[in-house]
Amino acid sequence: MSTVLPTPATVKTGEPVLQIRNLVVDYGYGDDPTHVLREVSLTLNKGEVLGLAGESGCGMSTLAYAASRLLPPPGIITGGEVLFTRRDGSVVDILKLSDKELRAARWNDIAIVFQGAMNSLNPVYRVSKQLTDVIATHRPALSRRELDDRAAELLELVGISPDRLRSFPHQLSGGMRQRVMIAMALALEPQVLIMDEPTTALDVVMQRQIVEQITDLRERLGFAVIFITHDVSLLIEVADRIAIMYAGEIVESATASEVYRMPRHPYSDGLLGSFPPLHGPRRELGGIPGSPPDLAKPIDGCPYADRCPFAFDRCRVENPALKQTVFADLEPERLVACHLHDLPLAKVPVQLTRRPA
Amino acid sequence: MRFLARRFIFYVITAWAAITINFFIPRAMEGNPVDALLARYQGQVSPDAIRALTVLFGLDKNQSLWDQYVQYWQLLFSGNLGLSFTFFPTPVATVVQQSLPWTLGLVGLSTVISFFVGTLIGTAIGWKRGTWADGLLPVATFFSAVPYFWLGLLAIMLFSLTLKLLPAAQGYDPGLIPNLDFIFIGSVIQHGILPALTIVLSSIAGWMLGMRNMMVTVTSEDYVSVAQAKGLSERRIMFGYAARNAILPQISGFALSLGFIVSGTLVMEMVFSYPGIGFVLYQAVSAKDYPLMQGVFLVITLSVLVANIIADLVYTLLDPRTRQEG
Ligand SMILES: Nc1ncnc2c1ncn2[C@@H]1O[C@H](COP(=O)(O)OP(=O)(O)OP(=O)(O)O)[C@@H](O)[C@H]1O
Ligand SMILES: [Mg+2]
Repeated sequence: MSTVLPTPATVKTGEPVLQIRNLVVDYGYGDDPTHVLREVSLTLNKGEVLGLAGESGCGMSTLAYAASRLLPPPGIITGGEVLFTRRDGSVVDILKLSDKELRAARWNDIAIVFQGAMNSLNPVYRVSKQLTDVIATHRPALSRRELDDRAAELLELVGISPDRLRSFPHQLSGGMRQRVMIAMALALEPQVLIMDEPTTALDVVMQRQIVEQITDLRERLGFAVIFITHDVSLLIEVADRIAIMYAGEIVESATASEVYRMPRHPYSDGLLGSFPPLHGPRRELGGIPGSPPDLAKPIDGCPYADRCPFAFDRCRVENPALKQTVFADLEPERLVACHLHDLPLAKVPVQLTRRPA
Repeated sequence: MRFLARRFIFYVITAWAAITINFFIPRAMEGNPVDALLARYQGQVSPDAIRALTVLFGLDKNQSLWDQYVQYWQLLFSGNLGLSFTFFPTPVATVVQQSLPWTLGLVGLSTVISFFVGTLIGTAIGWKRGTWADGLLPVATFFSAVPYFWLGLLAIMLFSLTLKLLPAAQGYDPGLIPNLDFIFIGSVIQHGILPALTIVLSSIAGWMLGMRNMMVTVTSEDYVSVAQAKGLSERRIMFGYAARNAILPQISGFALSLGFIVSGTLVMEMVFSYPGIGFVLYQAVSAKDYPLMQGVFLVITLSVLVANIIADLVYTLLDPRTRQEG
């Protein structure tokens, strides 16, 4: 059975480089915190691009910040672990690192391009200084000359003329700033690059260019990427695997083409329905009616139940676990959190049971 | 550079306007008071001095306004501000020259100290909120809320009258001859401690509060998160990324306060009978010494202007966005 579906060429069934396990994040202290991430587990393999998609407010940024321990107050990590595999094969829990170890690991192991990279550059320092200060901090042995050369090299890597090293951030266009941030993220050749909506503020042409650049750089340098976006159609092009988030949980994860062509979770299906298809016949676009639940209130059962067209009694009382479906043999990568897939196959809505062609 | 040239022209025009207003004010006054003073000092004032006062205060009604204006400028450029009647027959320029260094030295220095210390403390408590250091804020705010003369009198009562640690008045021991020796300088420092301390105490809260609030704002900026993510050292992030940006609004505030050094020092110099320009102004006003008042006003105007130029330059140095051409 399992030989029926060839693994797509892009999927690298390699070793994991970042494993997030049962991560719980609350906003606010005291008796009544908002549970923004509820037991999120996610694995990023070496060299792969993992797309993270969902509606606004579902906790994608929170996941990125928490995994790198950059959560601003009042956000607190109350449970879980984030395991990082170093180049030498040793595994560390980022959440358990001492301040000093954490500081040394930052940017070296995991670099981040923040959401809204427009304000990610310090307005009073030249581009060169912002590129070199991080290199100098982590590689104190390098000379001034080597630092400058490296900074120039990095800019060229993202297609910006090294003349721009002398510029201040306000003298750059939005797209350039975004590229400078990407160049900066690559400064120490990290194993993991987290990109939180790196193209959202840009026009379509610039978006395309940047996405192509990331794909290209990934190919050459071999880092793994967590790519966060609302735009699922963009993910189809860059991502090897896609995880769909809803209300602070991962509801589905699978290879990019599996998610795109055969969504198994009603939310994934709805989300895909909100974007025009890249190829093939046009279909009617339908957003998902309603909006994500207020995380400040306790959620009984499945968080999507209120908006789900297929919800039944069990959905309102029991939160489904993320697990394999009956198609496990065909698609071993796929995990879905939906009670529908516990029903006999005949009772599952047809749009959620499409089979590989 | 074009930016600096434009600023420079702006300041030249401002200075010209201020001086021109200074020229017109006495001419707009009813029944020129300097006439009366001149009458009182008849015979003691040299013809040269009379001529200068005539030009400064427009006593010669037969001259055209333009001629008066031209002569006024000539007089200013030769540094002649007329005679002071309070300190008769010392020229106003000399009185100003003697008192200004005291004010600039004492109040200038304490303002600078207050700015730097306050900004530094504000940086620290804005960076690490919720530590014991937060307790400094209400204390500092209390001192700035107390009226200054009251604070000054309290300091005199405590340190001079009760503890007899520090002198209560004057800029130096009256028994000494002003001289650049250790005894004299020591005396100047001793006399400066109380006024300086009270100035710092009463003004530091503003700097602390302003900087703390800006630090809190700036700390949530993306570039500070990026600096954290980059694994830079805590010091580096706090000073190079957060404080470096948070200080910008402080600079504008500092320019304003520098301008007030000369004028705002009045109360302090009265409380401590300090021989600065504020005390001179106070004496001039009490004695209706118009030439001296005019001179002091001119100095105040120009010093505000100079302070602004300095602050402008510093701001331009610190914030590349203001340097943009065009
Ligand atoms: N300081 C806070 N206090 C309480 N709740 C917060 C706070 N910051 C964020 N949240 C909540 O956390 C949830 C997740 O926020 P997050 O920024 O991770 O969303 P996101 O999925 O990245 O959305 P977007 O795509 O709009 O960036 C949101 O519902 C938000 O309301
Ligand atoms: Mg986000």
